[in-house]
Amino acid sequence: MVTVSMEIQILFAGLLFLIGLTGFLVGRNIIFMLLSIEIMLNSAALVFVIAGSHWMQADGQVMFIFILTVSAAEVSVGLALILQMYHHYKTLDADALSKLRDNEVK
Amino acid sequence: MSTYIWLIPVLPLFSFLIIALFGRFIPKKAVAIMGVGSVTLSAIFTILAGIQFLSSPPAGGACTSTIYTWMSAGGFTADISFILDPLSLVFCFVITFVGALIHLYSVEFMKDDDGFARFFAYMNLFVSSMLILVLADNLLLLYLGWEGVGLCSYLLIGFWYKEPENGYAARKAFIVTRIGDTAMIIGLFLLFVSFGTLNIQDLMQDVSLKWVTGSPLAVISAALLLGGALGKSAQLPLQTWLPDAMAGPSPVSALIHAATMVTAGVYLITRTHVLFALAPVVMAAVAIIGAVTLLVAGFSALAQTDLKRVLAYSTISQIGYMFLAMGIGAWSAAVFHFMIHAFFKALLFLSAGAVIHLLHDEHDMFKMGGLRKKMPVVFITFLIGGASLSALPLVTAGFYSKDQILWFGWSASSSNHWLWLAGITGALLTSLYTFRMIFITFFGETKTEPDHKPGLIMTIPLIILALLSLVGGVIEMPENMGPVHLFSKLFDKILPAVNLSGGGSTELIFQILSAVISLGGIYIAYLIFYKKSSLAIRFKQSSLSNFFFSGWRFDKVYNILFVRPVVWLSEIDKKDFIDLIYTYIAKATGYFNLLLSKTQNGKLRWYVLVLTAGLVLLLTIMICL
Amino acid sequence: MNTIFYIAAATAIVSSILAITNRNAIHALLYLIISLMSVSVVFYILGAPLIAALEVIVYAGAIMVLFIFVVMMLNIGLEEETEKKWLTPKMWILPSILAAILLGIFIYVLKVFQFEKTSAEIIGPKQVGISLFTTYLIAVEISAILLLAGIVGAYHLGKQKKKVTHRFLENTPSDKKSDLKTI
Repeated sequence: MVTVSMEIQILFAGLLFLIGLTGFLVGRNIIFMLLSIEIMLNSAALVFVIAGSHWMQADGQVMFIFILTVSAAEVSVGLALILQMYHHYKTLDADALSKLRDNEVK
Repeated sequence: MSTYIWLIPVLPLFSFLIIALFGRFIPKKAVAIMGVGSVTLSAIFTILAGIQFLSSPPAGGACTSTIYTWMSAGGFTADISFILDPLSLVFCFVITFVGALIHLYSVEFMKDDDGFARFFAYMNLFVSSMLILVLADNLLLLYLGWEGVGLCSYLLIGFWYKEPENGYAARKAFIVTRIGDTAMIIGLFLLFVSFGTLNIQDLMQDVSLKWVTGSPLAVISAALLLGGALGKSAQLPLQTWLPDAMAGPSPVSALIHAATMVTAGVYLITRTHVLFALAPVVMAAVAIIGAVTLLVAGFSALAQTDLKRVLAYSTISQIGYMFLAMGIGAWSAAVFHFMIHAFFKALLFLSAGAVIHLLHDEHDMFKMGGLRKKMPVVFITFLIGGASLSALPLVTAGFYSKDQILWFGWSASSSNHWLWLAGITGALLTSLYTFRMIFITFFGETKTEPDHKPGLIMTIPLIILALLSLVGGVIEMPENMGPVHLFSKLFDKILPAVNLSGGGSTELIFQILSAVISLGGIYIAYLIFYKKSSLAIRFKQSSLSNFFFSGWRFDKVYNILFVRPVVWLSEIDKKDFIDLIYTYIAKATGYFNLLLSKTQNGKLRWYVLVLTAGLVLLLTIMICL
Repeated sequence: MNTIFYIAAATAIVSSILAITNRNAIHALLYLIISLMSVSVVFYILGAPLIAALEVIVYAGAIMVLFIFVVMMLNIGLEEETEKKWLTPKMWILPSILAAILLGIFIYVLKVFQFEKTSAEIIGPKQVGISLFTTYLIAVEISAILLLAGIVGAYHLGKQKKKVTHRFLENTPSDKKSDLKTI
């Protein structure tokens, strides 16, 4: 039905991915980081569907359903963790969670 | 005979092991019996072997006995095998006999010392090493004995180790002789590389076959062996360690530094005389070094105040005579002088030790005096030793041996008249400093009172050695007094005779000349030191005396030349700057670790950033390729 | 049809950008919902109606709502000032550069790679359903277990236990005073 060239479609998906990546790198609030992850996941799923429609098979859509599932599980667990973090540290700063760093001997 | 030759060096070794391991648990008497007994047994065996040898000499003039194959690798074999021929027989006899007497003496000398067992252990090890040295069949085993005596010399000089000066003296002795040892081992390498064997007999044959007289390799290897001999025998330029070595106990000085170790060089050169004969340049060097050394040491002895240091310089001087004799090819004369010298020098050291011991370790001659009446036996033995040293004519053995050297110095074909002149001047100096020593120590007024009379154990060796110093000369009398050539006949087969260019009639003149010189020296000493003329006092205060006192300032020169630069270098390296390179490598690694560990700051965003950057890099590279 | 695609794509991109540059969390989430809807339109155009519906229902409807609930629960409204402090323009430089480089690589690769031009057909739900429950049956079961794990994990991690310390171990100043009084 659509005659847009595939480059444009994949470019569109890639652009979305990059936007998500940039958002992740910039964001300091952990909510925004999760948000950006969602954008990235979405764009990855978009690529799958594009490919599926290109080959005219249902596999792309099947893959999308799985990605959706994973994303749902990940979001719920992630938000629960964010709740714990807020409870302990009373802040949503991602840099506060740096206890796993290398402790140099000063 | 060949069945028990090996016992001669092994018995003292065995005794050393027992004393070293168990010395603390067995009573002093047992240690003494073992220590003295082992050397005495070796002496007895030597005498037995000697009698057997003389009565029925084996074919080829030598008798070897191999007891063990030390190493056999790559075509090179070295056995622990001993050879008994007239040369080693004479040396063995001197070492064991004089050694046994000295051991007996030290039983009383060291009886109050805490390190009694240690002393006898070291002494036995020394005797064993020296016997290995002279009995060795190949140069490698000889080198083993060589190193062994060097080690024992170090141990015994620094015997009273609680005094730092003794340690320094021992170290100095070891280091200076080490220089000689290094030269010697290079010489051994050279010989081995050229001939593939270090067995002395084979080596001597191969050397005369392969190398012509004056070939550079012969000269170099002979010169290197000479270097080794110079170190051990304390000749120029390596003579600085011997006067300081007097820090050790007197029996040590008697055994090591009068009779045996310092003559190891003489033994080495005589043993390898074939090699030396192929390098006339080196022979000439040997003679010249001997001559110069005896003069330098003689002059230095004139100005010493320490009783034992006079004797030390005297030893250097007398070995110079032996080197002189060897240099002109008078091998048997050198060995004869060695034997006689061992007798009277050991005697002198032992009686000097008795004097020092009984005067509560007083070494300064000028603080002694008038001991003639207080210690008559010691005085008489010392006098006999001194007379023999000065070559008092006709009655002492020293006359015959030294006179022979002087005679050959004049008349041998490869000799120079300058060498004779040096020898005769040395004779004058010898009698001068010897009797200076005697007059100052034994005559005049007593400044320090002796404790007690020496015991029998100390006096018996003195008396025996004194007798030998007197009558030892009869076995080799010069031509015109009776053709007694027992000694040189012994060496007929193995040492070449010296070529004479003069006749026998002139010999008488020279004998009279040397007799006059030695008596004259005694007289001059009498005038100066007994009558206490102003000349003596002026001499003592003059700068010439200081120059002689310090041994012609050799120590100072060496200090400036060698010691100071090394110390300066190590001062620069105080912080060990070569090690700094490794420290810096370690520090740099630590620094980089510090840098990199900062990237692990636990922040999630940072990790993803780095991840992305890496991804970019990777993709760029992949695309570009 | 193409124009719809372009419009939807542009909307998606613009709203995504707006989502990440926003300071207010709720506003960002709402922009994200718009983006998801646009992507759903794209799905429909691409001939995957089932996916389009699922996207709206699950993604925009459930996940984003979950997000919004949590944000509201955390009461982030007070954080707006600090957000201003954090998101300085300076911080945008490096990520933008990296993203730009990646974009460049992306475009380059697309130019090099030759795509065939095909037209899309509609792949209906029936096809997807059959594929799901025959070929990919195991994956379906596994994703069910994954969801179970997610539920349990989320429940457990979301529990807030109050820390109870013995009164002697408390070291607040008021307690200390009371201790002194009792001695």
